[in-house]
Amino acid sequence: MKKFIGFVKKEFYHIFRDKRSLFILFGMPIAQIMLFGFAITNEINNVDIAILDNSKDINTQEIINEISASKYFSIQQMLPNDAAIESSFKKGKVKAVLIFENNFSKKLTTKNKATVQIITDATDPNTANTIFNYTTAILQKYVQKINNHTQMPYQINTISHMVYNPELKSVYMFVPGVMTIILMLVSAIMTSISITREKELGTMEVLLVSPLKPYLVIIGKVVPYIFLSIINATVIILLSIFVFKMPIQGSLFLLGAESILFIITALSLGILISTVAATQQTAMMMSLAGLMLPIIILSGFIFPISSMPLPLQILSNIIPAKWFLIILKELMLKGVGFTFIWKETLILIGMTLFFIMLSIKKYKIRLE
Amino acid sequence: MKTILYIVQKEFKQIFRNKGMLPIIFVMPLIQLIILSNAATFEVKNIKFSFIDFDQSTYSRELVSKFESSKYFNVVDDFSSEKEAKTAMEKGTVDVVLEIPINFERNLLKEKKADLSLTIDAIDGAAAGVENVYVNQIIQSFNKKIRLNLHSPTNGTYNPKTIESIPSFWYNQTLNYKTYMVPGILVLLVTMITLFLSGMNIVREKEIGTLEQINVTPLKKHQFIIGKLFPFWIIGLVLLTIGLVIAKVLFNVPIIGSLVLMYFYTSIYILVILGIGLFISNFTETQQQAMFIAWFFMVIFILMSGLFTPIESMPVWAQYITEFNPIKYFVQVMRMVMLKGAGFSDIIPQLSKTLLYAFLMNGLAVITYKKVN
Repeated sequence: MKKFIGFVKKEFYHIFRDKRSLFILFGMPIAQIMLFGFAITNEINNVDIAILDNSKDINTQEIINEISASKYFSIQQMLPNDAAIESSFKKGKVKAVLIFENNFSKKLTTKNKATVQIITDATDPNTANTIFNYTTAILQKYVQKINNHTQMPYQINTISHMVYNPELKSVYMFVPGVMTIILMLVSAIMTSISITREKELGTMEVLLVSPLKPYLVIIGKVVPYIFLSIINATVIILLSIFVFKMPIQGSLFLLGAESILFIITALSLGILISTVAATQQTAMMMSLAGLMLPIIILSGFIFPISSMPLPLQILSNIIPAKWFLIILKELMLKGVGFTFIWKETLILIGMTLFFIMLSIKKYKIRLE
Repeated sequence: MKTILYIVQKEFKQIFRNKGMLPIIFVMPLIQLIILSNAATFEVKNIKFSFIDFDQSTYSRELVSKFESSKYFNVVDDFSSEKEAKTAMEKGTVDVVLEIPINFERNLLKEKKADLSLTIDAIDGAAAGVENVYVNQIIQSFNKKIRLNLHSPTNGTYNPKTIESIPSFWYNQTLNYKTYMVPGILVLLVTMITLFLSGMNIVREKEIGTLEQINVTPLKKHQFIIGKLFPFWIIGLVLLTIGLVIAKVLFNVPIIGSLVLMYFYTSIYILVILGIGLFISNFTETQQQAMFIAWFFMVIFILMSGLFTPIESMPVWAQYITEFNPIKYFVQVMRMVMLKGAGFSDIIPQLSKTLLYAFLMNGLAVITYKKVN
């Protein structure tokens, strides 16, 4: 045991002496969560649009005023004719063009019906669809106004309650996501590199012939990183509470325990990578290039998993980040107790054990 | 020139001899492209719908059946009390609960109006907004049908003014997400591989100690750097080519614009990334440090590229930061040229910024690279 403590001490020295890495290790996650917490949102605001008004009458002017008053749109251009539409799309200046037909007011008063064509740049389908919905809503509101708010008979009114996030803030979605990604990647990269590094520099041999048992060597290398990651996690949780005003409805203790579990899962994945990879380069490419996009895309961080094709929904189950993200949202936003998340917790524990077992099997205590 | 060729030869040999790296460079990105492009969709489908029907009337059942037949909703459960519904929502087994109050049918017939109550799990705010729209669309159409059935002409015709909005989705009529995502993810993968490889390359020689051996040779600075980076430039272009073939053949993404223009832009773009990689390499001592920094910038570049979330919605200061994001320009150019058929003059702003960036990064990298410790 004493030998082991000595070894862990050595590892800590290694880490603390490398000031630059230490700075990166703590500075980066903070910088990232601050940046992303504020900047990333899938709300759609200030979309640049253009208007082609073939009618130029009182109604179209009123509608244009409504649109420019809305926070969703900013009117960039008034186009003179049809020919100008294509070029402004190609330059990427605007995302949508609204076209009012000829004699808009006249048709509205005589035929009770007028049309607006909404052309959207659907190379981004999500924005295109949202722009269409928003403009339609503005038009509907305007129509109601000119109809003097006459109630239709037999009206069904729907009252919607948005629970857990009444203001539909995207921060609630993204802060747990960013936290998951940072913890996962930092932990996996750190361990995989620190172990392969010894291999590459040849010092692993020295450690293996030492009286310390091989598994203790590995544990000793991981322990300091568990500490570092816990500090990171704490800082991130504090930032999300105090800077981003994330509610923590559930138990803070449970949140801490689950975070530690997830850190260990990520670290054991790092160990597994290090047993497979021979050089730091391979280890890093595996943990960075191999994990980054799958984690971002398949964890449910940005894209809803339930909308994915079935095979990918099944595939998303092997991403540990998915389960931690569910746990985080349940604990932080829904405030449920352990009985609601025992399944996810069990899955994370299972994954951790699996990674460790596999690492033990693959771990070579002799060098070729 | 000849000297550079020797270095290039050496680098290529090193890359191809490392059997562990080859699949990571060439196979893994393409597998990711194929798989992840299917997953990256903001469409809201398979909404887990449930209801509490306190009314148990013909109308309430008819309304529920509308949801059963909708392609957006899966009716997963019906509850007998609000408490049950709340528990299910906490567990996450339902996304939407529609509560039909008692006397729904009666109120609608007698008082000519009735209320419904809808509860949506709004943690994913954007999806919740869309779910709300879908539910309301179904209720509206149900409402319209009832109104037509009940409204007798003797009540006087009610003919309000309407403004009809006609959508036309240009460049992607079917709102296919793959058309949007495949070029974007390809951009990310090309960037990631070239940045990580170039960022690690020189620092690796430093760490192992072989850089000193090179430093004592009569090799010139620029020769060494060009020789080091050229192989990665080629790898980037090869990846782009394979990716484009996959995009066209497998995903049927239209390639409307000029391929020459795309390659021209990409060849300059990769220089930017290689310059950044080299710059990182110069300022770090170990591969570990280099990778952390590369990772730091990569995550920022990816999440702030406008690929997953719109740039216009970011706060103004964050939008300024994206001006320094090379991926942003690459994504824009790919989309403009591939999907909209934009020509040279359309991409001049992006191209000139990228060009400037390339000069700046590579200039800095060459200046800061020191042969002498």
